[in-house]
Amino acid sequence: MNSATFSVHRGPMAILARLSRMIMPAIVLFWLAMAFFGHWVAPYDPAGIQDADLFEGMSRKFWLGTDYFGRDMLSRIIAGARYTVGISLMATSLAVTAGVLLGLAASAIGGFFDTAISRFLDALISIPSKMFGLVLVAALGASIPVLVLTLAVIYLPGCYRINRSVAVNVAALDFVAVARARGESTFYIMIREILPNMVGPVLADFGLRFIYVVLLLSSLSFLGLGVQPPEADWGSLVRENMPGLPYGAPAVIMPAIAIASLTIAVNLTIDSAFGRHAREGIR
Amino acid sequence: MNATIGRLLLTRLVAAILTLWFVATVVFVITNLLPGDVAQELLGQSATPEAVAGLRKALGLDLPPWQRYLEWLWNMVRGDAGRSLVNGSPVAALIGSRLGNSLILAGITALVAVPVALALGITAAVYRGSIYDRIVGAGTVLAVSVPEFLVASAAVLVFAVQLRWVPALSQLGRLETVLDVVRTFALPVLTLTFVIVAQMARMTRAALVDVLSSSYIEMARLKGAGQARIVVWHALPNAIGPIANAIAFSLSFLLGGVIIVETIFNYPGIAKLMVDGVSTRDLPLVQACAMLFCGAYLLLVTMADVAAILANPRLRHR
Repeated sequence: MNSATFSVHRGPMAILARLSRMIMPAIVLFWLAMAFFGHWVAPYDPAGIQDADLFEGMSRKFWLGTDYFGRDMLSRIIAGARYTVGISLMATSLAVTAGVLLGLAASAIGGFFDTAISRFLDALISIPSKMFGLVLVAALGASIPVLVLTLAVIYLPGCYRINRSVAVNVAALDFVAVARARGESTFYIMIREILPNMVGPVLADFGLRFIYVVLLLSSLSFLGLGVQPPEADWGSLVRENMPGLPYGAPAVIMPAIAIASLTIAVNLTIDSAFGRHAREGIR
Repeated sequence: MNATIGRLLLTRLVAAILTLWFVATVVFVITNLLPGDVAQELLGQSATPEAVAGLRKALGLDLPPWQRYLEWLWNMVRGDAGRSLVNGSPVAALIGSRLGNSLILAGITALVAVPVALALGITAAVYRGSIYDRIVGAGTVLAVSVPEFLVASAAVLVFAVQLRWVPALSQLGRLETVLDVVRTFALPVLTLTFVIVAQMARMTRAALVDVLSSSYIEMARLKGAGQARIVVWHALPNAIGPIANAIAFSLSFLLGGVIIVETIFNYPGIAKLMVDGVSTRDLPLVQACAMLFCGAYLLLVTMADVAAILANPRLRHR
């Protein structure tokens, strides 16, 4: 575990590590709260054009400046959290639920079912995720339900692979053999015997998968192929404000920093909760 | 070379070809999923049924799906990717005019990124557990958690807007002096390097740490060999396989990075072509670009496998 390696060393690194263990989960919770309750705390209407210049800098009135229409950037980022966090949460939940169920089924049923589904999903992993996303969006368009399904499908194979390997290890233990000998059904063995023993790895995988989904969604939106205007997630906010880059407008860099703060915070929260080795073997 | 290695390499090659075929099938199925009709979409709602039927026939959409699939697959194998739905020119020509640009960008990035990643990974492994190792470790976690466009826009902000060393957009064409080349490629290459160095350095460090903790290294230490001699003479030769594997595997991350980088810097490469194709829903173009990228990805991953096999002395001297 990480905590062990950190506690051996004293001094500034240890203080930094302890601080990050407290701050990182707080950042994750903050963005979750913004996604669900942000519209109550946003200072302005995210779509309302304010009495301001375009691409204004940071000020007391507009904390994060204004965008290319003169709209308040802070309010737009808070509104964007709903799309970035919401879509990613839905897609990750779908991918992880399907991955866990398929992995459980493969480990409990085994045989041909296991081989067939493993071969198929492993072959899907050989399509790079951005490429997969581009092809799916080209074929199906970019409405929000399609985006959620697209992201879930892209990350399902990796999710299945990791959950299957965890489930197979649990399924080889004695108490599962006992349950089989008792004559329990396959479904009972999946849900009541194996699943409770893989909660930790599933949660760690959920967190890492969430990061990849956020990054891919943001990239698609940045390319103009994700969330479509007038709705805007953080990736779209970066894209629509790109003309402000030569002026060094905060409107470009702030949504990008919001994405980085979310992904880094989730990453480090998983590290301190599950240990750095949780990440190994996950793609 | 012996029979074992030959067989292993052949297995990898066959697996790669079968996977590419599977990928082609997936790409074909997805791009034909659209419930609507490409012909209808191209002509718009006001088109007469006769015009739509004519275009369907011209595009071969009136054939049964499996026949279209076989024909498409055969054309892909021959290198004929059909015509663009948007401007009617052959897809192969469109790609051909851009392929060189993307390869140059990828090549320069590899030339810069590989030495940097090796230096970082090797030094981090040698000074394992030090503050330096921790900083490199934390840096690589940060680098893989931020979106590429944050790196790119931060680079533009610092080097093009604040310092005014380089132009914000890449313009190919006037590459007369060395300085022109540097100024054109500096920011795209910097961004891509940042994206792939993290992965490569981490895998290099892991490979070397593995070797450095083996007992023959301890033996070398006990007989009094210096640190540099141990690393260069004793450890590195045995870590070459895993490191070559790490390099090939990390280079496959270029494919994802290049999509963002070519778009943000307006660089006339294949990735930009494909993104434009997706926004205009030019499916033949998207299919061909997707196959090209997936093929390149499979090539790199297979090369990583082959490097690992060839560098394993147990397999070589059997």
